[in-house]
Amino acid sequence: MKFGVVVFPGSNCDDDTVYALRVNLGQEVVKLWHKDHDLQGCDFVVLPGGFSYGDYLRSGAIARFSPIMDAVIAHAQRGGYVMGICNGFQVVCEAGLVPGVLLRNNGQRFISKNIYLKAQTNQSILTSGLDVERAYKIPIAHADGRYFANADTIKELQDNDQILFKYCDANGVVSQESNPNGSLESIAGVCNKTRNVFGMMPHPERAADEALGNADGKLILQQLLGVLQKQT
Amino acid sequence: MKFTAEIDVMPQKEILDPQGKAVKLGLHNLGIDNVADVRIGKHITLQLDAPTEADARAQVEMACNKLLANLIMETYSYQLANITA
Repeated sequence: MKFGVVVFPGSNCDDDTVYALRVNLGQEVVKLWHKDHDLQGCDFVVLPGGFSYGDYLRSGAIARFSPIMDAVIAHAQRGGYVMGICNGFQVVCEAGLVPGVLLRNNGQRFISKNIYLKAQTNQSILTSGLDVERAYKIPIAHADGRYFANADTIKELQDNDQILFKYCDANGVVSQESNPNGSLESIAGVCNKTRNVFGMMPHPERAADEALGNADGKLILQQLLGVLQKQT
Repeated sequence: MKFTAEIDVMPQKEILDPQGKAVKLGLHNLGIDNVADVRIGKHITLQLDAPTEADARAQVEMACNKLLANLIMETYSYQLANITA
């Protein structure tokens, strides 16, 4: 199992993601430069958080046309795994790999704090072994995190069980109060129809080391390994 | 031929525009109470070369559809002018 973490100009969670995968999860990880055209044989591509291209125009909009993205999109279309975290989620949305878009937070402000997440399904490799009754504490750090899609798309996400995570409170209650950014249906993470591309605004890689006092993120990232190793 | 395209990209009507909402509040604080709504978008100016106006139009449409606007959340409109000297 080989992970590749894409580095765009302005990515700033690439090292955290590499650390979590390499040190906390013991996986082989390489960085993939945005100007490259091949994925160096990676099985799983992660688009990390940050501010690719300064968030100019729209978050993720310019990164989506980076040279490496042709290879990432082809990989996803072949059924290869791709995960976008935070700015990476914005990039996979802009690339059309998952439905929807991330708008400016309804409170207009950049929010950097721990929130709670609840997995909505076990039918994805990212959430396969998570306790759907439990609230996982994971940090968010974004200004454009308000998930939006038209009503038909939201219904399709629900019908196809593509909503992976919702924001909730410490007790696992999903409500307007526990929705930090105004996301429709409190959506914090989704997958595509074929369930091989994932996007989430919260940062599991920032909560993957015991030294940080919170390793809930490791519980989420570990899901990838359990299922993937069974497959190989 | 040389063209300029004056492009406006606006958030879709049904989408909450928090920036516009905050600016409306600012306008009210300024004493301009009769402002009912504020929507904030982007204005983009392009200069381009194209053999015909139809080609220029096609290029601008592609730029808007693929990159300059995200049609899930925005709409665009533009005016094209031939500025060939």
